[in-house]
Amino acid sequence: MELPIYLDNNATTPLDPRVLEAMLPYFTSKFGNAASRNHAFGWVAEEGVDYAREQVAKLIGCTEKEIIFTSGATEADNLGIKGVFEMYQDKGNHIITATTEHKAVLDTCKHLEKLGAKVTYLKVKEDGLVDLQELEAAMTEQTILVTIMYGNNEIGVVQPIKEISAIAHKYGALFMTDATQAVGKIPVDVNADGIDLMAFSAHKMYGPKGVGALYVRRKNPRVKVTAQLDGGGHERGMRSGTLNVPGIVGLGKACELCRLEMDEEAKRLSALRDKLESSLNEMEESYVNGNVEHRLPHVANISFKYVEGEGLMMAMKDLAVSSGSACTSASLEPSYVLKSLGLSDDLAHSSIRFGLGRFTTEEEIDYAIENTKKAVNHLRNLSPLWEMFKEGIDLSKIEWAEH
Amino acid sequence: MAYSEKVMEHYTNPRNVGTLNKDSKSVGTGLVGAPECGDVMRLQIEVNEDNIITDAKFKTFGCGSAIASSSLATEWLKGKTVDEALAIDNMDIVEELALPPVKIHCSVLAEDAIKSAINDYRVKNGLEPIELPKSHH
Repeated sequence: MELPIYLDNNATTPLDPRVLEAMLPYFTSKFGNAASRNHAFGWVAEEGVDYAREQVAKLIGCTEKEIIFTSGATEADNLGIKGVFEMYQDKGNHIITATTEHKAVLDTCKHLEKLGAKVTYLKVKEDGLVDLQELEAAMTEQTILVTIMYGNNEIGVVQPIKEISAIAHKYGALFMTDATQAVGKIPVDVNADGIDLMAFSAHKMYGPKGVGALYVRRKNPRVKVTAQLDGGGHERGMRSGTLNVPGIVGLGKACELCRLEMDEEAKRLSALRDKLESSLNEMEESYVNGNVEHRLPHVANISFKYVEGEGLMMAMKDLAVSSGSACTSASLEPSYVLKSLGLSDDLAHSSIRFGLGRFTTEEEIDYAIENTKKAVNHLRNLSPLWEMFKEGIDLSKIEWAEH
Repeated sequence: MAYSEKVMEHYTNPRNVGTLNKDSKSVGTGLVGAPECGDVMRLQIEVNEDNIITDAKFKTFGCGSAIASSSLATEWLKGKTVDEALAIDNMDIVEELALPPVKIHCSVLAEDAIKSAINDYRVKNGLEPIELPKSHH
């Protein structure tokens, strides 16, 4: 076992060697521009792209023509939301999203507010799920788009996508989802789920960074987005720019591997995750964040009360994890996602996200459990809050010098 | 962000972790910060008749830089007179630990903790509290 152990697979995943192998020829001998129509170099590159498009489409149950390749999920989110807002201006200007979305969605919506959009940011329930009644109550005749993420990047909860899309459609709105954390990890089928637009990315599923896709429905209804980049009219006019052929080939291969191995991988990872989670949850005053039934198989988000996340991560120096705590003078605010669940600031500051992945082994998880327990105990011994808690002092009754 | 070696050293082997009897007249306790902000420091000093700090202890809830800042503070406090302790400036801590700009607030908190502990001691012993600088945050 090599140290440090990578348990931050929601941030990014390592490239699967099989994906790398598929990509390599497209850097060297097959270097052509996929848009070069009049020689073999172009045809070979285009073939690679076409094949990748099929591989991607197969994973999410759509047709090849519905895949628009982008530089990643952030661009796909931007293209989907801004593109729909521009294209459907005549129909309305109201967009509904949720407070726990990724910044790529939230900040895009904020940008559109400056351009005249009305945006509803739905609060989520304590378990991180969208309240369907609240969603329905927020729908208006002006609503053109509902955009709710599939699986959350911090806590891993999976939203009731079918129910959400049904509500959107009932009121004549389109439904978009940022499925960056879900595609390749759990079954996602754009038809069964009623998805009209969907953003996702290669590097979260063992593919390369810098490539992703936007699914855009072509039938029932035929969805159109206004291009956000002007240029050569690639990708059916929706996304200009020379195609990143090796990246796209990598995304295709990554999708194929996920499709073939997802079931087994999800089973293996959820068993490991459950082991990690239940062992750590045995510790006093530790809390699992988010709904534990409806969630991705490979994420655990746990708050260890009375220790601060960043300090804790320093003690877990052989583990690469992430925390919802930010201790910088620029931002003393802990994770907005955890706060949206109604978590108090101190619990949000005490959170650690463990993200397992394809290459995580049981030996690593056993090590992570021991290492984390040791770190939590070490820091609790240093924590004045832990001491007060142990003395039975009610911390909420103390007048803290807020700073 | 990488931590400096000195921060790592104090973090791994924190000095003077612990608790002094806060009810003792010779002990001053400073509790600064707030759990909501992600850092709380408790710093205690024990002062003898000659106004010399004979012992100092801390416990900190916070990031590595906050823990290192308070650990360093207790190390510096021991053996100093109360007046000398009052002269400790947060920038001394920044310099010693090579704290990056985003972590300067940790040193400010440590300075606040020192001053607040001294005030607690002064008030307990019938002295006027010294004026504390406004919180730097």
